[in-house]
Parts: sequence; C-alpha cells; structure tokens
Amino acid sequence: MPLLAMKNITKTFPGVMALDGVNFDLCSGEAHSLVGENGAGKSTLIKVLTGVYRQDEGEILLEDKRIQPLSPFESQRMGVSTVYQEINLVPELSVEENLFLGRQPMKLGRIDWKKIRRMAEKALSRLNLQIDPSMPLSSFSIATQQMIAIARSLDISARVLILDEPTSSLDHHEVERLFSIIRKLKSEGLGVIFISHFLDQIFEVSDRLTILRNGQLIETCEVSRISRLELVAKMTGKSIEDLKTAQPYSGKKGTNIGKREILKAERLGRKKDIAPFDLQLHEGEILGFAGLLGSGRTQAAELLFGLKQPDTGKIKREGVEVSIRSPQKAVQYGIGFLPEDRKTQGIFPDLSVRENIILAFQSKKGWWKPLSRKKQELITKNFIETLQIKTADMEKPVGQLSGGNQQKVILARWLASQPEIIILDEPTRGIDVGAKAEIESLIHNLCSEGLSIILISGELEEVERNSHRIMVFRDKVIVSELEGENLNLPNIMKLIAEGEANPRETIQA
Amino acid sequence: MKPFRRKIRIPEQLIWPIAALFILLIFNFLFTENFFHIEIRNGKLFGSLIDILDRASPLMLVALGMTLVIATGGIDLSVGAVMAITGTIIAGLLAMPDFSILSWFNLPASFSLALCIALATGIIFGACNGILVSFFNIQAIVATLILMVAGRGIAQLLSNGQIITVQNDTFSFWGNGYFLGFPFTVFIVIIGFAVCWILIRKTALGLFVEASGSNPVASHYSGINIRMVKFMIYGFSGFCAGLAGILVAADIKAADANNAGLYLELDAILATVLGGTALKGGRCFLAGSLIGAVLIQSVTTTILTRGVPVEYTLVVKALVIVMICLLQSAEFRRMIINRFRKTGK
Repeated sequence: MPLLAMKNITKTFPGVMALDGVNFDLCSGEAHSLVGENGAGKSTLIKVLTGVYRQDEGEILLEDKRIQPLSPFESQRMGVSTVYQEINLVPELSVEENLFLGRQPMKLGRIDWKKIRRMAEKALSRLNLQIDPSMPLSSFSIATQQMIAIARSLDISARVLILDEPTSSLDHHEVERLFSIIRKLKSEGLGVIFISHFLDQIFEVSDRLTILRNGQLIETCEVSRISRLELVAKMTGKSIEDLKTAQPYSGKKGTNIGKREILKAERLGRKKDIAPFDLQLHEGEILGFAGLLGSGRTQAAELLFGLKQPDTGKIKREGVEVSIRSPQKAVQYGIGFLPEDRKTQGIFPDLSVRENIILAFQSKKGWWKPLSRKKQELITKNFIETLQIKTADMEKPVGQLSGGNQQKVILARWLASQPEIIILDEPTRGIDVGAKAEIESLIHNLCSEGLSIILISGELEEVERNSHRIMVFRDKVIVSELEGENLNLPNIMKLIAEGEANPRETIQA
Repeated sequence: MKPFRRKIRIPEQLIWPIAALFILLIFNFLFTENFFHIEIRNGKLFGSLIDILDRASPLMLVALGMTLVIATGGIDLSVGAVMAITGTIIAGLLAMPDFSILSWFNLPASFSLALCIALATGIIFGACNGILVSFFNIQAIVATLILMVAGRGIAQLLSNGQIITVQNDTFSFWGNGYFLGFPFTVFIVIIGFAVCWILIRKTALGLFVEASGSNPVASHYSGINIRMVKFMIYGFSGFCAGLAGILVAADIKAADANNAGLYLELDAILATVLGGTALKGGRCFLAGSLIGAVLIQSVTTTILTRGVPVEYTLVVKALVIVMICLLQSAEFRRMIINRFRKTGK
C-alpha cells in the first residue's frame, strides 16, 4: 500500500493543460524524484498536493484516506510538509522563533519559551544540527537555513516531505549533508518527494523517479533501471540518437576573437570585495570567471557594471578611460548584466513580457525618447521567436512564466539593448537541461556575431566548456588566468583548491 | 489609457470601481428625486451630476499625482498642505493684504503671474519631497509627513493666520466660471489629465515609474535612474496639488490656510486605491483614480442630497466606502459566491 497516491490528476489553466491525468504514488521510506523540464507540470502537481491549487479531476489518497487540502497549512496538518527553493523564513528572528512561528506553545496566555527551547533542540537534533537555537537565522549559512526550514516543516506528524529544488544554492559539501538527512528521514519511514534540475543528485538520492512532460506522465520507474541518456531523452521528448550526436559546443575553438580590446580593467579593486585585478576582454570573446560562491567573482562583475564603486584602478572602454559610477552609465557604455538572482534582481513580475524585454533598451535611450508600441512589439516578437520564450502572448505578466522562460526574458532584455559586452552571472541556474543547452548555444552564437561576454558560473564544467579564457577566483583574489591547453577542469579545480600555481596577486595584510 | 490604442479593452482592475459607481448611480436613479435632472440656465448646465464633477475636480487632480507617487512605491501625505500653500500664495499675490508677508514683494496684481508663482511653488515643494525620498533615501511616509505638518504652518505664516479674500474676476472664473456649458474646473481636470497622460504614456516615464515600483532592485540593475524618476514624480504630485489648491481657493474666492485641502491626502489615497492601483506600487491606473475620485464625491453628494442628518454623514460615508472596498476584494467576492454555492446544493 503506498503512503501517498495521486490518481488521474487533471488541472487546466486558461489556455493551458497543466496536468493531464497524472498518476503519482509514493511509498513509505522512499525518495521519489519528480523530473521534467520547466513547465512540465512538476510545480503544479506539488501545488495540487499542498492545497495551493485544486485539481479539476482526480483524487489524492494519503494512507488510503481521501484528502483534499484547501491550503498549504491544512496539507501540513494532514502530514504533507513542503520546503521550497526559496527559504520562507524570517532572517531577523532567532532559529527557535522561526521554528515555531505561528504555532508557538502557549502557557497561561503567554509564549512558553522553555518548551520552545526544548522542542527546538529536539527538532534540530533530529536533523543532526548542532547550533544555538537562540541565534538569529541570518547568522547561519544558506545551507543551514535550508536545514532549519526542513526542521520547521517536519512536524511530528509529518508523513510526506516535499523538497522543491532544495540544492540550487548549496555547494557540493552542503548537498551531501542534505542527502544524509534525507536518508535518515527515509529510515524513519517518511516518504520524500525530491525535485531538482541536477541529474547527478536525482540519481544519487532517489529510489524511483517520475518523468513529466507538458503536463503528461511519461514514465515512473526505478532509478537503477534507467540511464541518464534515456532520462534526458524522455524529459525533452527527443530521441537518444539526437542527443548522442549533439555534442556540447567546444568553446575553445574560438577562432573569431578579434584583436580589438573592448574592455580593460587596470588594478581595479574594492576593499573587502575583490583585490585589485587586471582584465582584458576582446571582441567576440567569452571570458569565464570561475570560483566558488563568495570567491569574488560576482563582486568583480559588480565593479565593471557600476553597481559598486571601486576604491582603486580604472576601467578603459576601447582604450578610453571611463568612469562607470552607476548601472545607467554602464548601459550607456554598451554593457549589459544578467544578474545572479533572477527573482529579486531580474524580473518585474507584474509587468508584461514586452515591458520586461524593452526596459533596458528604453533606459539606454532615456525616458523622453520612447520606443513606439509597434517597435516594442517587433522587438518582443523577435526575441520570443529567437529565444523560444514560451508565453501565451507578449502582454502576459512575466511572473506567470516558468523560471527558464523568465531567465530568457531577462537575457532578451539585455540583447535588445544592443550591448557590446554582456556579463552573465549564473545564466543557467535553476533552469532545466533543455533550456540550459539552448542558452549555452545562444551565448556562442552571440559571440560569433562579435559580442564580448563575461560568463560567471559556480558550475565549473559550464565555465570550462564555454569560455575561451578563464580567470580563476579564490578568496576574493584572481589567482590565475587559464588559456589554450591549460584551460581544463583539473587545472581550474587545482587553482581553486590551492591557488598556489602562479599567483597573480597576493593581498597585502 | 492604453485600451484606446486598438480594441477597447478595460483592464480588470477598472471593472469594479466602474461597477461601484454604476450601482451608486442606479441607486440614486431609483430613490433620489431629480438626481439625474440636468437643467440649462443661461447656457450653463446645472444638476447633481454636474455638481459632482465640479466638486470632485480638486480631488481628481490630487489623485493623479498621488497615483504616480504610489506607483513608484511611495506615498505623498503633503498634498493637502501644498494645496493650502498654493491657495494662500495665489490669493495673497492677488489681494496683497497688509497682514500677509506676501505684500512685502511689490508685485503687480496680475493673475497669470500669481498663477505661475503658485504653481512653481507647488512644484518646488513636491521636488523637496522628491529630494528627501530619492536622494536621501528617507521613507516616503516620513519625508512627506514633514511637509504635511510644516506646510500648513508655512501657509499660516504667509497669511498671518488670517483668511485672505480676493476680488478678481479671472480668479473667481477659475473656481466658479462656466465654459461651453460646463464648469471651468472640469476643463482644468481634463488639461491636468492630458498633461499627465502625455507624460506617462507618450514618454517612457510611465514604464520607468511602474518598473521602479514593481521591483526597485531590478530597475537599478536595468539601468533606470530611479532617483530621477522619483524626483520628477514627486515634483509632478506637487504640481497637481498646487493646481488643486488654486481651484479650491478660487471656488470660495478666498484662501483658508487652516482648512483648504484638509485631509484631502487621505481621500486621494483612497481614490487611487479604489481605482485599482495597489499601495505596494507597480501598475498604475490613472483613469481608475479619476473614477475613484468621482466615486468618493458621488457618495458625499448622495448623502447630502438625500438629507441624511449632518451628524450621520461621516458614518454613512464610511459604511458606503467599506462596502465598495468589500466589493473590490476578490477574497470577499469568493466568500459570497461559495456561500451561494453551498446553499444552492
């Protein structure tokens, strides 16, 4: 008898069949992955299960009893807990306050702090977390906060735990920690539903997987019975032969790099953010920034885009010294910046796809020179086609698009502004395999048209695969530059791990 | 707004304020005698409906500026005070009473000069708000609260605490005159709306306003000069309030620094919200705010013409507004529909 069964779930939105008779079941002590590209219906299925949406047809059985949660709160009470990709906790409050916010144990009309402390310690020790529950949440790393979010969602009565993209902001070591917790919870008899874009993690942690595509159930099978290639083929709906022949583009063959120096930084630096560094970017070149989170890779880009002011050094644009004191200036100088955090730094959720796309170009032109509606629609239509943005129409609010499509909209925004340089900070984070490949091939098309690109990514393979030249960051210092034969993964890893080879910079004091 | 471009498509947010206005008018059509009666005397239109438009005009002007300020994610509490200041200035410059500081300036009593000075003052005060909010990052509610309190004081200072009465034909025409059969104030609102619409929809300013309200961080990353946008919008709100203050003073042919525009900022916020613009900023609906302003005035006029005792008016008005707000709340409508469904089964 499965712990949870969702039978023949159908959900339609105006104009879209989000789920079409999907069956899903979960056993006790099992980790079950839900896989599919953006817009496949994973999120909708989870939202039906947690009472955010109500299905048009079908039923949900939890331990053989029919349930129909009407809100996430209700579903949690029934034993279905969810941890979302974004941590929905209050950073200013302490760990224990976060754990029991909204369900504080009371005594004589007041909060029973002693009991909270006892319960908090118990909840944390269940996840092997040894932290002081009275510390504010913001004093812990994202990974620990993620664990705390899990601890919060795990009521004593929890039977099912849903982890929606829990690993997208964690590093390798932290992912391991999360997985050991998942294994522990499985052994306690919980059923875990795991959603991730990282195939490695799916294969590592789950017992079974269910593939969705365009709202339809493609297959449910045991992880050991499916190869990675088969999985990707089923997710994307392409044949295995197609995938085998489609080799990832080897960026190192960049023969079209111009001699022209588009952008140059000399001893550019800012205290506490990034040690002074030199940088040259040529026409049609992809320059990779490789490094771990917090290594200074984003900070260096922020100086180039005027988001922060440098203390030292200068920037030269085509040989002429320029002062980039704000993003407005950077945009005027033909620089675009695709930020790391799509939700807070990128999209305007209630503005339309059209408005989101033309925004940077319009701000480059200035407010008194508006683009005509016709021109706006032309630009938008063009980018919706070339980037294959999936949207019902161009007036749809961007907030209603899937993550990968939102990312494409922001990319389109910068391409529409006709830049000569574009900085891409984690352009493929949180988007699925298919969209990732599309964006990567797009990057190469753009650079072969003469656009210069700075590519920042925590995924070292991605930087290695796509860059002509790489600057390696470690502890806020650019430790080396790799080019040609030296540009390979082992070298990058070695530099990041040790940083001994050929140090370009050493921080004084 | 946009819908006039091709197919007329009324945004969802405008449907409910229009519906509320409609219901109110139907109520009056059925129960209030002569409410829809419009009479032509000496080529001028008279009647309750015309009266509503005339009386709503200052609020409509103020609501235009307020809508844009709210769309940037801010708020402007100082509009009532700015109205008092500009009213006092124009009246003072025209009448030049001995008790007013304004009589120290030896200016000719020209209407257009006084008008320009008063409007410029409104813009300057609005711009001061803008500087505080955008360049010094002071929260809008705090920054404009300062001027809300101080502004009325400035107006009292200028008038030496007295009411300035004016005898000037052009001035009184602005408040009470008729043009093509309609009150002149209606045309001022139309001009104000046109200026606003051109500024917002014919330049890219509207896009930048909505973008900076929708996501300020992303606006910064997209190269929008948010500070400039906000500065301009607060200045524009000052202009709108200034114009409204002139209309109010012209209406009574006098400037009353204590009472002109009193609590009008709250009505303007209400009109904006009723009109579909969310207080958190982002999308704004200029036409919606005008409808909101007319709606508020209609409620007031209805209560007055129905002879509700004076001491009840505020309570009745509040009840009607609560009902309108409930009507606009999707949550409330769903509850009602669910209730009907349950009883239906």
